[in-house]
Amino acid sequence: MRTTAKILTLAFVLVLLISAMGCQPSQAGPVTIHVLTMEQAGPTVDEMNAIVDEFNKANPTIKVEIEYVSYDALHDKITTAMAAKPPAYDVFLVDDIWYAEFAKAGYILDVTDRITKDMRDKIFPASWDITTVGGKVFGMPWLLDEKYFYYNEKLLNDAGFTAPPKTWDEMVDQAKVIKQKGIVEYPVVWSWGQYEAAICDWVTLLYGNGGRLVDDAGKPVFNDATGVKTLNWMIQTIKDGITNPASVSYVEEDVRNVFSQGKAVFATNWVYMYDLANFNKEQSQVTGQVKMALMPAFAGSGVQSATINGSMGFSVAATSPNKDAAWKYIEFLTSEDVQNRYSAHLLPIWQTSFQGANLEKLKGYTPANATTVPMFSEQFPFAHVRPKVAYYLEASKALQLALQEALTGKKSAQQALDEAAAKWVELAK
Amino acid sequence: MRRKLTLTQQDALIGFLLILPSLIIIVGISLQPIISTVYLSLFELSRGVTSEQTFVGLGNYAALLTDPVFWVTISRTLYFTIVSVGLELLLGLAIAQLIHTHPPGWQFLRTSLIIPWAVPTIVNGTMWRWIYNADYGALNGLLLQLGLIDKYIPWLTQPNTAMNLVILADIWHSVPFIALILQAALATLPTDLDEAASVDGANALQRFVFIRLPLLRPAILVALVIRTVEAFRVFDIIYVITNGGPAFGTVTISFLTYLESFSFGHVGRGSALAFLISIFTLIMAFIYIRILYRPVER
Repeated sequence: MRTTAKILTLAFVLVLLISAMGCQPSQAGPVTIHVLTMEQAGPTVDEMNAIVDEFNKANPTIKVEIEYVSYDALHDKITTAMAAKPPAYDVFLVDDIWYAEFAKAGYILDVTDRITKDMRDKIFPASWDITTVGGKVFGMPWLLDEKYFYYNEKLLNDAGFTAPPKTWDEMVDQAKVIKQKGIVEYPVVWSWGQYEAAICDWVTLLYGNGGRLVDDAGKPVFNDATGVKTLNWMIQTIKDGITNPASVSYVEEDVRNVFSQGKAVFATNWVYMYDLANFNKEQSQVTGQVKMALMPAFAGSGVQSATINGSMGFSVAATSPNKDAAWKYIEFLTSEDVQNRYSAHLLPIWQTSFQGANLEKLKGYTPANATTVPMFSEQFPFAHVRPKVAYYLEASKALQLALQEALTGKKSAQQALDEAAAKWVELAK
Repeated sequence: MRRKLTLTQQDALIGFLLILPSLIIIVGISLQPIISTVYLSLFELSRGVTSEQTFVGLGNYAALLTDPVFWVTISRTLYFTIVSVGLELLLGLAIAQLIHTHPPGWQFLRTSLIIPWAVPTIVNGTMWRWIYNADYGALNGLLLQLGLIDKYIPWLTQPNTAMNLVILADIWHSVPFIALILQAALATLPTDLDEAASVDGANALQRFVFIRLPLLRPAILVALVIRTVEAFRVFDIIYVITNGGPAFGTVTISFLTYLESFSFGHVGRGSALAFLISIFTLIMAFIYIRILYRPVER
């Protein structure tokens, strides 16, 4: 019996030892900072890796290791990683709609004291809104994006029009002619699939009609007359054969593919589509025909233009053992110099990059920049943020469901939106 | 206290020591997560696994079982499971029988069957998402060239169509699994019964239904249990093809669990859902075994 006990004890101790070894962080060498970001619209992996290399060379005491996931996996990967102590990542990319949730859950570090006056003055005030929750700053803004109105100039000219529409009503008129002349079957393509993408297009249209998601008190008002009218307009464009009916299952990449094949004349998308659709011959059949214009609004709404603000920031995990080193990397990544040099697929958060001689430099960086940089400045004042609430993802899902129920004809626009609004009220309790 | 172990005890001890490593792994990998899932399901966590835990007893279960969304999702999941596994079994049986008769090129057929099964589900999902694409998908291209449709159809834009198309993708992926299991079983069946029946004047269909099918019962049971459990927990193929859309038309119980636990951060509610799925699958496996696991009469 004693032998058995001995063997068992030995086995047990061994198991304990092995598991303990796994928890023991190695103290030798530089501090390692684990970074989680996304591989999607925005800078390429090569560009991000190059920035990491630059930082590692300049900071021998810190070693940054970077990992990439898709946008859709990012939120859930962060929430799971934060269950471990210490967390699997010291730094991660946070979408503006998650800031309230993460701040409330205590996942991200309050960095208000680390923001210098220089940063405050030189960075776009709108981008501070992204990372600020309840007056405290929880991260550095990094990616400033919004949806733009794209049109195929050649196809539009073929239909006999010389200028893009200024209002959605004008777009419908042009689209009807385009369809009638048989230039394309469905002139407009949207991302109305059951994803956050649907909310982005909905916000663009709703605010362009003078509507709002929530009022000043945070109460949902998207089910008012304006909201219902806007959603019914969307349904009508499908019925009229103007909107590509597959839009109900599409995300931004589908929109880009359809538009790049010359199967649509109008589309909305983030800034990254311009470079790929207009210059990338491997991925686009409409190179040289793509133009951007100010996002239209509805006639008679009193709104000139409206779009969705889809910006993101980098934050430090609140439980990270290496907060200072982590912040140092974020400072480097978002610095004016680095952002200017790597501006091909994302535009700088620094107002100063858009001023004076800097502007000409920025416009010359890539062929796309000459168009996207001025377009950004023109469109950004009309960009609207989604509500900063801790229950945003659940609220968004309820609204996605409502939009889809109305678009697929399962419920009337009024009924679907009323139900979603009731859900928002319930979530806010 | 030192005493000699009997031979049986020694054997048992060695046996125990030999299974000890796998026991530790099973306890660590399977049992521990189940226990912590059950534990978490008794609490309400406002948002995220690090948030404050309030003990609610069986409150999460009570809330779920009285929620119409839960039952709609369960019936949707059952529809997916019954239709996909049912068709997979029929097709699998037909293919297995076909291979069993050794038509020309049957070895090639058997080998190429592996391909859909070997493709990872996530790749399979991506592939079908492209095939179903309304503007540049292969399905529309094929139907148009065959003259079956005169213009492209926007698949995946109606809840019921989307569900059936997801089922089709799942069937393509899983039929080979059932076909291979049944074909292997067919190959081991004794031929004398078949021959005897043939002499007695039974036709091919009668021989199949009354002789081979009963003998195949254990193999069918194995295939059914595995596939039903898998189909009931279906997640990745739906995540990729439709993301639960349109209008929640393809949200199955696993997808709902994922949304609740990871997207919405209701970890307690999500854990309760996960545990309910385990119970449902156990019940299904039990029913199958009761129905099908009878000794085969020779």
